[in-house]
Order: sequence, then C-alpha cells, then structure tokens
Amino acid sequence: MTSTLEPEVGKSRRRKEDARLITGRTRWTDNITLPGMLHLAVLRSPLAHARITRIDTTRARALPGVVAVYTATDLDPDSAIALPCAWAVTPDMKHPRRPVLAVDTVHFAGEGVAVVVATNAYLAQDALAEIDVDYEELPVVLDMEAALADGATLVHPELETNRNALWVFDSGEAGTGGDVAAAIDEANGADDGIVLTRRFRQQRLVPAFMEPRSTVVDPTAQQITIWSSTQVPHILKTMTALTLGLPEHKLRVIAPDVGGGFGGKIAVLPEETMAVLVAQKLGKPVKWTESRSECMATAHHGRDQIQDITISARRDGTVTGLKVDLIADMGAYLGLVTPGVPLLGAFMFNAIYKIPAYRFACTNVFTNKTLTDAYRGAGRPEATFAIERIMDELAAELGMDPMELREKNWIRHEEFPFTTVCGLTYDSGNYEAATSRAMELFDYAGLRREQQQRRESGDPVQLGIGISTFTEMCGLAPSRVLGSLSYGAGGWEHAAIRMLPTGKVEVVTGSSPHGQGHETAWSQIVADQLGVPFEDVEVIHGDTQSSHKGLDTYGSRSLAVGGIAVVKAAEKVVAKARKVAAHMMECSEDDLEFAEGQFTVRGTDRSTGIGDVALAVFAAHDLPDGVEPTLDSDAVYDPENFSFPHGTHLCAAEVDTETGRVRLRSYVCVDDVGKAVNPLIVEGQVHGGLAQGIAQALYEEAVHDESGTLTTGTFADYLLPSAADLPNFTTDRTETPATSNPLGVKGVGEAGTIASTPAVVNAVVDAVRHLGVDDIEMPCSPMRVWAAINRREPDGSGIGGAEAGGGLGSISAQGGAQ
Amino acid sequence: MRISVTVDGTQYTDEVEPRLLLVHYLRERLGKVGTVVGCDTSNCGACTVHLDGHSVKSCSVLAVQADGSEITTIEGLARDGELHPVQQAFRENHALQCGFCTPGMIMQAIDLLADDADPDEEAVRTGLEGNLCRCTGYQNIVRAVRSAAEKMRGGAGPEAEQVNTSTVVAGGGA
Repeated sequence: MTSTLEPEVGKSRRRKEDARLITGRTRWTDNITLPGMLHLAVLRSPLAHARITRIDTTRARALPGVVAVYTATDLDPDSAIALPCAWAVTPDMKHPRRPVLAVDTVHFAGEGVAVVVATNAYLAQDALAEIDVDYEELPVVLDMEAALADGATLVHPELETNRNALWVFDSGEAGTGGDVAAAIDEANGADDGIVLTRRFRQQRLVPAFMEPRSTVVDPTAQQITIWSSTQVPHILKTMTALTLGLPEHKLRVIAPDVGGGFGGKIAVLPEETMAVLVAQKLGKPVKWTESRSECMATAHHGRDQIQDITISARRDGTVTGLKVDLIADMGAYLGLVTPGVPLLGAFMFNAIYKIPAYRFACTNVFTNKTLTDAYRGAGRPEATFAIERIMDELAAELGMDPMELREKNWIRHEEFPFTTVCGLTYDSGNYEAATSRAMELFDYAGLRREQQQRRESGDPVQLGIGISTFTEMCGLAPSRVLGSLSYGAGGWEHAAIRMLPTGKVEVVTGSSPHGQGHETAWSQIVADQLGVPFEDVEVIHGDTQSSHKGLDTYGSRSLAVGGIAVVKAAEKVVAKARKVAAHMMECSEDDLEFAEGQFTVRGTDRSTGIGDVALAVFAAHDLPDGVEPTLDSDAVYDPENFSFPHGTHLCAAEVDTETGRVRLRSYVCVDDVGKAVNPLIVEGQVHGGLAQGIAQALYEEAVHDESGTLTTGTFADYLLPSAADLPNFTTDRTETPATSNPLGVKGVGEAGTIASTPAVVNAVVDAVRHLGVDDIEMPCSPMRVWAAINRREPDGSGIGGAEAGGGLGSISAQGGAQ
Repeated sequence: MRISVTVDGTQYTDEVEPRLLLVHYLRERLGKVGTVVGCDTSNCGACTVHLDGHSVKSCSVLAVQADGSEITTIEGLARDGELHPVQQAFRENHALQCGFCTPGMIMQAIDLLADDADPDEEAVRTGLEGNLCRCTGYQNIVRAVRSAAEKMRGGAGPEAEQVNTSTVVAGGGA
C-alpha cells in the first residue's frame, strides 16, 4: 500500500479543546453545584506575625445561613495534620509544621485562622466580619539577609534558625569538573585573567493564573470526591490520603477544566484539606472558591532569590570558572516542592557553555511572607538570568561583542552528546543554527549601527540590544535522578489506550493539562501510531477514576514524558493486534507490515485494518489460542535523561533617558524544542512564555511593606501586562530532534519564560551602558531606569526594598511616586 | 427586589438582593456559568458580557441595574449552531490556551469591532486593554480579532460568516 496520508505529527491542527472553551460550555471547578452544597470562606490574618490570644466565633455562628464556624482546634484538635512537602533537600533540612489553620501563631499575612460554612457564598463572607480575633503582634522578619543574621527574629522559634537548608554542588568534589576556587585564584593572579562578581536580584512574582483556585468536596459519593483547580490531581489524591490518614482507595480527585497554572497550582492546599475535613464532619458537599485578593496573598509566589555570581575568564573570552551563591526565600512555610525549586536551577547556571569549574551553594531561608514554590521555569529562569546577564557584563568588561563571547564558549553542534560540568549529558543541540537564524530575522548589524548613531547624536531615546542564548532541562524527570536529589517521588508517566469495538480510540493520560492542548497533541500522536483518524481519538485525563495513574503536569514534562508513554502504549496495541491480524489472514506475524492503520501481508494486496481487528477481538469468536480478548494496553515511561531545548532570543529596547520608560522595539526568538507535534501549539506556548518572562523584566513584583503586608495584592496593584503592554513577537524554530525519545521532542512549556527575562534586561542595560549603568534591578520600571541613569537610588532601602512595577494605586510605603 | 432581564434570548424574572452582582446572578441563579469571575477589582475582564449591546464587566454591575435590559453572554453568541465569526477566529488562530479569559475576551472583541470595523494592531491592543490573559501573550488574540474583522466586512468570506453591524451591536440573543 502506498503512503497517501500525511503524518499528523507536525500539523498545525486546530485544538479539540476550543469548541467548548469558546462557547462557554466549560466545567471550571467553581461551576460545579451539588444538592445541599455548602460554601466555605476563610478568615485570614491581616498580620504577618502575631500570637492569636482569643477567637470568638459566637456572633458569626448565630447569623442566618451559617452552619458552622471552625478553628484549628475544631478541625485538628491534636495539631497532628501537616501539609506535605515532598522534597527534603538535605537530611538536616528544617521543616516547620504547616497546619490547616493557624493554631496559636500566624506566620504570614493571609494565613487562615478560621473557616465559615454557610448556605451561600455571600452569607459566608458576611460571617467573616463577625468573627472576633485578638492578636498580639510579634516582630516580623522579611529581608532574607536580615533573617540569616545572628539574633534575627525567628519565623519559627522552635526551629532555632531561619535557615531552612544549605545545598551545595561542587564540580571539583563531584568529579564532574575542576575546582572553582582554583580557577578564580588563577584568573586573579594572571595578567590575562579577569574575575567579575555581580549581585542580581530575582524579585518575587505572583503566578497569577486567570482562574482563581477552587475546590469542591463531595463526601456523599462512594469515594470522597474532590474536584480541584489543580495541576496535580494524582499527587493531590495520594497526598490527601497521607496527610489525613484516609484510605487512598476511598478518594477520587478530579481536575476538570483548569484555568491556567504555571506552577502556581502544583500544591496541596490547606483549603483543599479543610474542605475534606469539613465535608466529612457535616456529611455535605462543600465548595471553596477564592477571590483574587485571597489568591494574591495566599497562593504560593515564585522566584525571590539573591544571586551572588562570580565568573572567571581569560582576556580572550574563555570562561574558566563560575561560582554561584544563592539565598532563596521560602516564605513562612514549605509547600509541595518549595525547598527544591532553587535546585532545579543548580545544574543550569553553566547553561550552554563549556565551563570547566563550577560551584553552586544555595541557602534557603524562612521569612514572614507568603510561601514560594514553583512558578513557570522554577529555578531555571533564575539560573538563565544570572548566567546570561553576567555573560553580557563580561563581554562589556572585555570589550567584546556579547554574541562573540557566547559563541567562543558554547558547545559546538559537533560536540554533542556533551557532558557538562554538572554531569548532565546534553543529547543534542545546534546553537549555531538557532543563533544564525535569529540574527538574520533581527537584523543585528543594522540595529547595532542605529545604536551607534543614537549614541553619537545624543538622542534622548537610546537603543539597546539584549541577547539570551539559553537552554533548559525539561521532561522532569528520570526517577533515579530525582531519587539522588532526595525528591519524594519518581518522574515517570502513565498512558493507556483503549481500542473500542467500533475502531474508535480512547487514550488515557496521567498528565493533567490546564491549557496546553494535550487533547489535540495526544490525538495527533495516536493517529500516527495507530493509523486512525485524528477525529477518532478521545483523550481522557484529570480524573483519578478514569486516569488512575499519573504524575501530572509541570516542568515541561507532559510531551517529553507523558507523550512518550502514549507512544509506548500504542506500540503494545499494535503488537497485540498484529497477532490477531496474522491469525485472521492466516499468515505469519513476520509477514505483516503495519502502516497507516492497515496490516498488510508483505508482497500482496491482502490487508486488514486495525479497526477490523478491534471488532474481531471484541467478538472474540476466533482468536489464536492463549490470546486475551483485548487490544487495550498501557505503559509507564520513565525517561533515561532530561531533554534540553535551547534557543536564541534577541531583544531591541528603546529607553527614553528623560523618563526612564522602556519600549520593546523588536523581539526575535528562534527556539529549538526538537520535533514539534503541533507547531501552532508550540508557537502559542512560546508567546505566552515570552509574555511572562518580559513581565518579570519590566512589570511584575510582589511587594510587601515593612510590616509584611502584601501591597500588590490585587490586579490593580500587581502589573500583569495587557495586550497594550507587550510587543509583537517574531518567532521561528530550528528542529534538532532529541535523541533520547522516539518522537524527538524536548518540551516547550517553559522555554519562553526562561529565555526572555535576561534578553530584555540585557537590552535595557545595553541601551544606557554608555551612561555608566551596568545593572538595573527588576522590574525595570521607569523610576528604576531613570534612577540608574541619574545615579540615584530609587528608594533608600537597597535590596529587598522595592517599588511596585508601575501598577495603579500602589500604596507601598517605599513605592509609589517620588 | 424584582428584576426582569432577557439573557441570551430568554426572559427571566427574579427576586434578587440589591447587592447581588450581575455576574453572580448570571452564574448562580441562571446557571450561565460560561461567564466567569477572575478578579475582584474589575481589572481582568473575564466576566465581560453585553448589556444592551455594549460590553460591561458584569462584576461591576449590580443585577438590579440590569433590570429591563437585554444581556448577551458567551453562551448566546452562536446562532443556529453557527459560531460567531469572532469565536471561529479565536479557534482558527489559536487565540486561547486555558480558555478562562476567553469568554470575556470574545465579548470585548465583538464590542471593539462594533466600534471599529477595521482596527489596526494597536487599536486591537488598546481596545482589549481591560481584558487580561496569562497564557497567550496576546499575539494570537490580536491576530484573531483582525482576522474576524476581515471576515465580518460586508461581502467578505462565505455567506454564513457575514454578520451585519446592527446584529453585532445587539448581541447574539436570538
């Protein structure tokens, strides 16, 4: 049979998901209503650190429609429940108990103190105002360095320190590279050596998924059913069982339509846990849906690191060593993977470069702030920012073109597979190809000329060019690597394929989408594997009853791990079908070829379709001896290695030196994410990633005032960019397939976010470097840029003191207009 | 208070508390859960609907203020099984990912096109400034709106996709 069908993989299929999303036929958790359902509202501490001396719920309880008001004593009388952290990064890591509701002390502003249960959400909110709480205010510790100083106020006095953990990787000690101290000494002592040290600040960000978090718990079903707006239904199920001591088989978790996550919904929430407890107590379904203000203050934040970076090199630009000292803010508690987030960057500071000696040390610290955890990129954007910023600084010190410096140090395409100074083996890549395409689309030489002209003419609007040649580790993760990092679980993924009697196909996946388009992409993969029409495939996910096994969606893992599990399951279906097809056509299995859904006897025109085989198996009237009457198959895929997407991002920024305002004139990126299953979806992921990365560079920052109150607690104060705040992006791809998996895919979910932030900041700094500026703290708001040009501190408090990213109505004590 | 409203072509009369927000009336009382709530400061626009033919953020309107009005939500746009050209353009141009902002974004885009039938890129970006999306970076949304504008222009595209301006202004409540 000649091939007539175009492969599905590689086609820009329009998404299956969209039909319901564009018509409002959606099932967000907050849409779910059950008979007799009660509504929860959580009373939250307005103070960042205080002792609770009295809670009086009497008046609230007496209001019409109020069914119950609970405090910690009611829900967890023995103070036995601790919300989980799955990543004990060191054996001696300090780990405070994170309760469902605060018991006698609150540790950050927004921590839950009591929960109202009422017949509707308005009445529940009314009752919050009638709960009397007396607080005795305690001193707060907010600044990371202050928290580490001797005699610092302690967030959790019982831990006797604010230091959560110290985690170190040293290439000399690990045997994967040289000794960085020696490299730095040598560079310091040599005539042709240079050592550069810089401190960068990764400001605190809010993930700001559009759908506020929500959970519904029904205790009246056969299994306790939890609907939640979560990225991790499978993890939530197991963790709920472990946290509450409930039998796991009596739990069912459903992630219905989920409105974005970006890491912000990788969590096991106090509110999910309290909803289970309340539903069990009352025997009624309950719902909790947060307001946006509640979300900003209590859903975990991201980033928040101080990065001290030392790089050593020779005057010809050859980098000889890199030393990274981080302080990372955990906030007041540890979430699911909080202490491990900086570690995800530990192996990425060396990026695409052949750096012979490397040391990474990260001190995790507690403060009286909202906890941090994963946010798009989780550790890797921080690493990429630091290395790409310091490469620009090194180039400036050496008087080299920043791209030339990168090229001198990066891994050449013929050097793959390449084992890095961290011991990771990059399977494939072609930095030259992506860079050359990006430079061409960008008109690098032309923009440099214009920059020179503007400098010479003293134009008040200066032009800067920023580069980011990034890579990331994706496809989290090989289970043995996670084991070696003391993570509490593996990194495999599950898939199952059910062949229906009519030839249609159901694909069950353990990864749990919230906007990524799995239903479409997985359908394309299966259509090719089984030779069935794209339309004949249904993808089932997000319900632990139908998709019983999985590790969910984060770390750009869905396609590179979950998608490969789908391929493996399909291979098993074909293997089973081959036996039956051979029997049906009375030939040997070896004589069969399988292509485009047809088993054909080699050299003849006799064939039978996989749908016919499925029907024959369903009837089961005439199967070979010993063959089970099913084609259904499942597979669990555990990757051997990470995947390593890369790309070259170029940004041209105009900086108005009179006002400090930055305008992005052009943004070009050429990403290499390996084989693209659906180029349209890939492009969309890149666009969205760019927006978030650019927003970190220019707009967003979660700011706490001196008492620990989040002053950027609404969308009026936290500057999420609108369409008017972002440029048009020029995107393109090169395709260097991953060699570590059969599809050649690498993952794309985080690429844009990881790459773009340093490209933008490099461009802004480059625009005003000739005015004596060599760094501007993020977000590069007009005030900060203007202050840098005019050599003025934007505020008096140095690092940690901060202004809002230009949002309307900021009431920060230090921020606002000066 | 008693209010009477027409939502997506169906008339409703209900007793409501004066403080009830229109978006909660639509969602909780009428089951119009296609319209969603994304914030509490009227910044995100996820709850955008048409009130007498003009876009409003339904979190910033009281249900009682809508008394006597005609409301169109995302659920009332398609007619006779045919999607509105803006809905089609969103799908065609991959202008949505998680889809949570999409109902509001589509309703605002239709309002924008009623004011300006041929907006350039900047006009689209400015016209959608009050609607936030965290997934797409807006580029494909802009593309979708401009592509819908082209299809909706008189005489352009297949007949089924042609919608005259007065219909758009009045919303889709058939």
